[in-house]
Amino acid sequence: MTVLVAISVAVMLIAAIMAVALRNWLAAVAALSVVSLALSFLFALLRAPDVALAEAAVGAGLSGVLLALTLRRIGLWGGREKKGEKE
Amino acid sequence: MKSAGGYAPARIRGHERNHGKTVASVLFLGGLGLMLFELISAVPFGSAPMQVGQAIAGEAFARTGADNIVTAILLGYRGLDTLGEVTILFTAAAAAGMVLAGAGRGEAQGQEAGFIFRTAAWMLFPFLLVLGAYIIIHGHLTPGGGFQGGAILAAAFFTPLLASPASPFNHRVAILVEGFAGLVFVVIGLAGLAKGAFLTQLLGTGTPGALLSAGSLPVLYVAIGLKVGSELAGLMARVFGEGSARS
Repeated sequence: MTVLVAISVAVMLIAAIMAVALRNWLAAVAALSVVSLALSFLFALLRAPDVALAEAAVGAGLSGVLLALTLRRIGLWGGREKKGEKE
Repeated sequence: MKSAGGYAPARIRGHERNHGKTVASVLFLGGLGLMLFELISAVPFGSAPMQVGQAIAGEAFARTGADNIVTAILLGYRGLDTLGEVTILFTAAAAAGMVLAGAGRGEAQGQEAGFIFRTAAWMLFPFLLVLGAYIIIHGHLTPGGGFQGGAILAAAFFTPLLASPASPFNHRVAILVEGFAGLVFVVIGLAGLAKGAFLTQLLGTGTPGALLSAGSLPVLYVAIGLKVGSELAGLMARVFGEGSARS
């Protein structure tokens, strides 16, 4: 139990750092979805299946799709270097 | 970003701004850390600090007839909050639709997805539909409910659209379903007024564990599921459909 919690927290941390550090917007969105997926696993471990379902469906599924579609809409589907940051 | 190392003279405006930003970030992080530390040190991990939870857990089943205590709280005890949540979602979806509808109305021009994705999308459609309906209808018995099932329903309707963008999405039907579901929720709430208060439970609790039990809670959850599903599907179709018309 403790080991599984530690693993899911570690996955969440790594994916969250990747979401900030990755140079590709789309990959960052995917990393955010991984955070939500690991979080829903954690919720299921802590015996909160309702919250786990909501997190998996909304956090990992819908919000990722919505962010990706928004990226496409504003033309940032590709790399981060083209637009956005200056340095 | 090059962080100015401590004693670098702040001659250029940009550097000054960076210093201000750094100070603000440090202050923010310190405050956040202090807050989280206070919270964590006051509440030991895994313990229940509130007594009302145990009280509700003890009597929720007898009072609402819902096996799933989360549903009993969400709809039986806190039905008005749930109505507020649904209203927030509706407002957000309506605002997004309003903003997006003005930007380049036109037929979706995205190219068809590959053969594998197209086939998989249409094969997944009925299964996602059944899963979403199951989660909604059994909301008072098993984990899940209107919000989760609604999100799955939205995914079921959106995946085929993602696979073949040319296929039409009927916004009119989605809006009708959504409005009707919202109406059902409010009418059930108003009918509760006859028994005392808004959203008082109707129809008796029924046999515990049966599909048709827990009074009006399953009806409310079906309404929420349809509302959330049609809202989210419509929102995603809007973001997707007109996004491909970008120059």
